[in-house]
Amino acid sequence: MSRAPLPYSSRILELFKNPKNAGKMTDATVSAEAGSPVCGDIITIYLKVGEDMVISRASFESYGCAANIATASMLTEMVKGKKVEEAWNIGWKEVADEVGGLPAVKFHCGILAVGALRRAVREYFSARTPKPAWLPEQDTFEEKQALDEENLARELSKRLNASKDQQDSR
Amino acid sequence: MKAADAVRRFLGASSPEEVCFTTGEVEANNLAILGAVGEFTRLSTQGFCGRPARQGGKIVISAVEPVSVMFPAEMLEKKGLKVVKVPVDGEGFLDTDGLSEAVDEETRLVSVGLVNNEVGAIQPLREVVELVKDRNHDAIVHTDASDAYGRIRFDVKELGVDLATLSSYKILGPRGVGVLYVKEGTKIERVIEGPIGTQALWPGVENTPLIVGFKKASELAFTDFDSNVEHMRRLRDHLIDGLLSMEDAILNGPRGKGRAPDNANVSFLRCEGESLTIELSLKGVYVSSGSACTRKMLQPSHVLIALGREHEAAHGSILMKVSRYHSDEDVKYVVEAFGPALERLRAIGPTARG
Repeated sequence: MSRAPLPYSSRILELFKNPKNAGKMTDATVSAEAGSPVCGDIITIYLKVGEDMVISRASFESYGCAANIATASMLTEMVKGKKVEEAWNIGWKEVADEVGGLPAVKFHCGILAVGALRRAVREYFSARTPKPAWLPEQDTFEEKQALDEENLARELSKRLNASKDQQDSR
Repeated sequence: MKAADAVRRFLGASSPEEVCFTTGEVEANNLAILGAVGEFTRLSTQGFCGRPARQGGKIVISAVEPVSVMFPAEMLEKKGLKVVKVPVDGEGFLDTDGLSEAVDEETRLVSVGLVNNEVGAIQPLREVVELVKDRNHDAIVHTDASDAYGRIRFDVKELGVDLATLSSYKILGPRGVGVLYVKEGTKIERVIEGPIGTQALWPGVENTPLIVGFKKASELAFTDFDSNVEHMRRLRDHLIDGLLSMEDAILNGPRGKGRAPDNANVSFLRCEGESLTIELSLKGVYVSSGSACTRKMLQPSHVLIALGREHEAAHGSILMKVSRYHSDEDVKYVVEAFGPALERLRAIGPTARG
């Protein structure tokens, strides 16, 4: 029996206990991170992409809550065997559905996982020309949200350091 | 009334009329904060405690008060009251010089918890009361004593406080009942309206079974008090020592006599607290965390931040309380459960790449 502070689905708890594809991939084609230790939320996604642009393997590392671990694990399962373009098109809501739904305060975990994946895909194409037509120039919703969270984290630690300095100078 | 009289004796209050039963700590704290500045919470500008309403004023609280003190104070701030949060040091002890600076003629209320609920620091409350009354005799001093009652000895008259909050569930009594001690003559108004029954500050019909349960829990807590406290203190130190032997573990709060006998709070770096609480619960170890992820606010514990902890340390914090019913074996079991839990979660963390 487990006692979680939030009404997590049994699927989330199962993935938390036995995550799939956890750990760094040493021979990854590409990797990307989203989140910040200040927010208590980091997801790194590793992808092994073949010449045919098919993702043969995916793995993740996570510093975060059960929802963070579960969504990252689920996303790596979802992208395996998919073409990079198909992986790009996975939205956070699909990930949330696959884990049996997320509590409202944990939506951002799914968003962060997808944000990290899309950053990895952009990174993959950064060294390749021409860029595929389906890859938008502008950041997508998930990427923007990840960036917002990181900026918020920076703001929080700036504020914290400022108040510390103030205290020290008293 | 028998229950009020029993609780009065444990508190050191003069009469049972000074004991007001509420639905718990949160309501008692709200009554203390909002009731002490009654005219701010009323719709009209009618008088307050028989005097004309005053405009303005200041509330002084410590930076580590529980949210049931902090949020009502912040609500009043939006209504135009000044609110000052006095900082604490790295162990959670109040900066008494800062308090002196903050309290002035317009200060209406000062609230400093006797024992901090997260890091267990025992505040120098007598000194606080003296400092406050010296600067402003009319200022009301409130203390949330929920984490002190039944675990450290105190007497409200000796402390000199005007208001004190107690909680039943924190001494293993039933949930849903607490107390606000109100020293006779303290200018405070009720904040909930309704038919006045037996309690002047709390309308309605009291929940007798819960109140009797609280009385019983109090009696048990004060039976063999000294040996129980010694037992808790010993277990607490074993627990803290065991947890600090883990890699990258930091104690939050003071060591020794300055810490509540039941409180252990340790931060584990490179491990997020919510995950850790769930992982431990799989082994029957039920603890809480100051991580943002355990809260709806998605902000880490303001108490740990006030102690100067980095966000990451706050996210990895675990709070535990021992009771007289715990044993050496329990502590051993808990400490042993942490090792593999930390190992598993840290192994999947990106911060492990360092």
